This record gives sequence, structure tokens and C-alpha cells, in this order.
Amino acid sequence: MPLAQTATTVPVTVNADLCIADKGCTVCVDVCPLDVLRIAETEDGSKTAYMKYDECWYCMPCEADCPTGAVTVNLPYLLK
Amino acid sequence: MDEILDGLTQIDCDILVIGGGTAGPMAALKAKKKNPKANVVLLDKANVKRSGAISMGMDGLNNSVIPGYATPEQYTKEITVANDGICDQAAVYRYAQECYGIIQELDDFGIRFQKDQNGEYDVKKVHHIGTYVLPMPNGDTVKKALYRQLRKARINIVNRYMATRLLTGEGRIAGAVCVNTRTAEFLVVRAKAVIMGLGAAGRLGLPTSGYLYGTYENASNSGEGYAMAYHAGAGLANLECYQINPLIKDYNGPACAYVAGPMGGYTANAQGERFIECDYWSGQMMQEFYDELQGGKGPVYLKLNHLAEETISEIERVLHIVERPTRGHFHKGRGTDYRKQMIEMHISEIGFCSGHSASGVFVDEHARTTIPGLYAAGDMANVPHNYMLGAFTNGAFAGLDAADFIADVDFAAFDEAEVEAERTRVLAPTKRDDGIPPNQIEYKTRRLVNDYLQPPKVTAKMELAQERFEEVREDMEQGMYVRDSHELMRALEASSILDCADMAASASLYRTESRWGLYHNRVEYDRDDENWFCHTILTKGDDGKPAHRKQEVKPYIVEIAEDEKDAYNNQRVGASVAAE
Repeated sequence: MPLAQTATTVPVTVNADLCIADKGCTVCVDVCPLDVLRIAETEDGSKTAYMKYDECWYCMPCEADCPTGAVTVNLPYLLK
Repeated sequence: MDEILDGLTQIDCDILVIGGGTAGPMAALKAKKKNPKANVVLLDKANVKRSGAISMGMDGLNNSVIPGYATPEQYTKEITVANDGICDQAAVYRYAQECYGIIQELDDFGIRFQKDQNGEYDVKKVHHIGTYVLPMPNGDTVKKALYRQLRKARINIVNRYMATRLLTGEGRIAGAVCVNTRTAEFLVVRAKAVIMGLGAAGRLGLPTSGYLYGTYENASNSGEGYAMAYHAGAGLANLECYQINPLIKDYNGPACAYVAGPMGGYTANAQGERFIECDYWSGQMMQEFYDELQGGKGPVYLKLNHLAEETISEIERVLHIVERPTRGHFHKGRGTDYRKQMIEMHISEIGFCSGHSASGVFVDEHARTTIPGLYAAGDMANVPHNYMLGAFTNGAFAGLDAADFIADVDFAAFDEAEVEAERTRVLAPTKRDDGIPPNQIEYKTRRLVNDYLQPPKVTAKMELAQERFEEVREDMEQGMYVRDSHELMRALEASSILDCADMAASASLYRTESRWGLYHNRVEYDRDDENWFCHTILTKGDDGKPAHRKQEVKPYIVEIAEDEKDAYNNQRVGASVAAE
């Protein structure tokens, strides 16, 4: 029983130009109550935070605690 | 990260506090203060910095008993009536006596409460009878202030470990089995006392949006406390008294009539008319809300558009920075301006939560459960309507009592085979090559909860729910499949949710009367004080399924006069008021 790969829009977006994951910052990943954020390595070797799991309570610690204002919490499409 | 690793570590501590939201931190602080030598561990499946129901903060204390505004006797009476009489008053009364001291301590932590020009607490009236609501203008700083205190007191904080089962032995608590949510490695914690503050079962019903995490409660509060207490053999009280709340439709966050009410806002029908006298959440109020939604005068709204600009700006300032700050984003997206439109409301999915209703693990006025050395506080413990200040205050009681309890005991011996059995249960979904992912198990469970358990409650529907839950359980136990440790956390949550769904159906079938307004509206039965003026206690039966018994309500400490008993039953406004 193989699993499908169904696309979904994610509510949390990260501005890669502002994100300082490269410098070792993991604040948004650390504070998320649902633990849905991760750090990705891009093709050019730099790092940025992104939403890996679409399991968001739109609570906002990631946005509020980000030191550079890189994170935006939008409402999940199903309820916005 | 998230790769599944094999590992097992054991640690010992005097007091293990599970849950770092509201009750847990206060319990840890109080225990450590009373016994500075005690090794206190505070464990959370998220990060204590931002975990729990008050992750982003709270806009006020809903149930503060402040000298000059209210007395413990008056508060105890109000909550007894609001909770339809089924209330052991000792716990409520002790809370009412001691919560003022907790407010002062929180004040010392740097959490500011609204004061008037004379420097007195500026308490507002929202309840039917008394005055208890104290706004928190910087309520967005609560978690940060708590975290500073935890660091100062040198509490050992363990983040990203999820407790999955409690360990017992020698007739008392012995510790807990935990699993790392990012590596799936196990941690066995031996403890002389365990305090549970794991929050509500907030992922029980499915929000009407269909989004699994679009819940009223912090979606990480998925009912582990209820499930673990159940499997350990503790008693759970009045689970049929569901939590159902009046919320902003789709957004599913509180409309915050407690904030807007004292400033002139109110709940209205589509004609802009008031239909309930009092916006304080009770089962009876929710019944009126439900009737209005179903009747020709719905939908229901929060009405603010009659207020002055300064008032609306102040309401926005509070509601858009604390508790659920994305509320501002939501309204903006829909083009809702409080000055022009009313805010559409709806009723929430069901959950278990004593913070707002009365469904919780049974505790006494010391926060002791029915298992020696095991405590519970906050939303998951059955002190009715205890809200955030109740979580802090009852958490404090748990910490203080646990500090005494550990003085006289050593670690209880437990059966090592239990740990092995739990490892096998937890890891089963990682041992398969394919199968059903946890989100589908969870979705189906919660969709069935909505179909069959959402009040008004009907016997035949609830029995069908039990049959369907059995099938889902079979699928879960035989076929659930996860690919990483994050999904494993969701799988464990799905299991707790299914346990709670089973308990909700079973508890609701047991009480063959209607009580608590909409929360336990069994359409085939009327209210029956003669046979059902009692708690219902649910435990795990010998057959592994819920067992039930009645337990008498302890004699009241504060007497309720006959004519006061109906204060919350007559919520619908009369014709003359509605015309205003």
C-alpha cells in the first residue's frame, strides 16, 4: 500500500534573505509547540528554516521570536 | 533530525513534572522552593519556553478572587451553580482562598495586571453573579516570565521528550516511560512523585474547517494526560461533561467576550439582538447558543460595531497581541473591521477540559489523584472552570504536597517487563514497511467523534461510535505506519486521541440523564437529581475497557439557597431586555 504525495500549501513562510540559520540560529525550530519547522540546506550550501510538516496551530512564537523578522505565519488555507 | 534511533536511558529524580505549560512550571517551582534539595525534572514534548495553552500569552485572569471584589464563599457558590451542582467544593474553595497569593507572586515575576488610578486591581464583571475577571495588559510575557523563574530555581528542564505511559508499583507511582520526539530514543524516568500538567484533550473533535490542527486548544494538547492516567489505573471524573466553546467561526479561537464584554461588547444573533444574559461559558449558555444557531435567528455574532473608536482600538490592541495574535491576520484576510461588521461565531468541536468545564482526572484539594504519589493540575484535572489561574494555583498545591510526599518514600519498584512492553507498543508503527499513516487514523477518529458524539447525544449514535472506534483501533494496532520520529509522535497522539474518544462515548452512555446544558444533553433523558446527583468515575476495567461507578458529591462547604440554584439555568433574555 504505497503512500500518495498530495501537495499542500503551508502556512508558515520564511524569507531566506533574512533567515540566519547559516549562523547557527534555530530559534523558530526550537519554540514551535507542534515541532513542524526544520532547517534545510539549499543547493548553494546555505541554510534556511522551512515548514516541513503542515501541522500548524497558527500560534506565532516562530514569528514573534525570530531575531530577524524572517518568519511569517499565515493562516492555513482551509480556515482562512 | 527525525531519523529513528535505537536507545534507552534511565534517570532518577525525586519529582517528575510532565508538561511545561502553566500548571507544570508552577508545580516545579513550588516543590523546589519547599525542598531545595529535591531533584525536580520538568519534561515537555515541546519546548517549555513556548509550550502549552498559554504559548503566546493570556489576556486576563478569568477567575480571580480578589479581596474587596469577591469572597471565596461567593466564588465557590458561583462555580458550583455554573457547574450544575456536581462539584466537590473543597478544591474550589481552597483555590478561591489561595489564588490571590498566586496573583501576587505572578506580579512579582513581572506579569502585570490591570490596575485602576488608585493602584487597585481593576476587576471586571463577566460571570452571572460575581466579579472575577482581571485583565493582563502585558499578558504576552507570561511564558517568558515563568521561564526566567525556572532557570533561577535550577529546575532541570527536559524538552522534546513525550511521556507515553506512567509506571506504577507497590500501589503507588514509580515513574514514566518517555520517548524523544526527534530520535525515538527512550528515556525511563524513575520518580518518587509524578505531577501531570498535560493540558486538555483538545484534538478530540474535528474542527468544522477540517484542518486537524485548527483546534481551540493548543493542538499539542492531544489528551496524553487523560490516556496515561487511564492506563495507569487512575479515576477520571465526569468526562461526559465535554468542553464546547463559543468561538470565532473557522478561526476557531476565542471571540473573547471576557475582554470585550466589560467594554460593552456582547454576543448577538443575526438581528444584532442579545439573546443570553451572561457571556460566561457554561453548559447552559452553550445550549442557548446552540439553539440560536439552529433556530431561524442565527448565525451568532460578537457585536462590537456600536462601540466608540477608542474602545474598539483598545479591544484590538489586547486581542491582537496576546493569546491568539493571528486573530488580527484572520480578520484582515476576510476584511472584517470591528467598527463595521459583527464577528461571526460558531460552536467548537468537543474536547475534555476542566479549565472551562469539568471533565478531568479526579483530584482532591491537594491535587492528588487516586494513585498515591501521582498528581494532576490544570486543564486535565477535574477542578471545574479553573482556567489559567486555576492551573497555576492547583499546580502550586501539587508541588507543595509532592514535596512532602517524597520525604517519606523511596522509589517504588516496578515491573521491568512493563518498559519492554511499552517499547514494543510505541515502536510497532516503525517496524512495518507500509500501512496507514497516523494523520489518517487521527482524521477518521475525530470525524467519527463529530458524527456520533457531538451533542445533542443520542444513545444509538454513541453505540455506533463505539463500533467504529473498535475498527479504527484494530487498524491502528495492526496497520499504522510511520517513516520518522516526528510521525511517531503523531502516531502516539493518535493513540491518545482514540483512547479519549472511547472514554467520551462510554462516559456519556453511563450517565442516563441530561446535565450541564449542551455539554451532556442526552435527548432521550431529562435531568434526574434523584439518581444522578453524583460524580461519575471512569477507570480502566479488567477487560481493558472503560468501567464506571458513581461517587457521591461531598457535602457542600458553602450552602446554596434553592432560589440560587437556577441562576445559570435561566440564561435567555426576556423580551423587554432583548428590545433594548
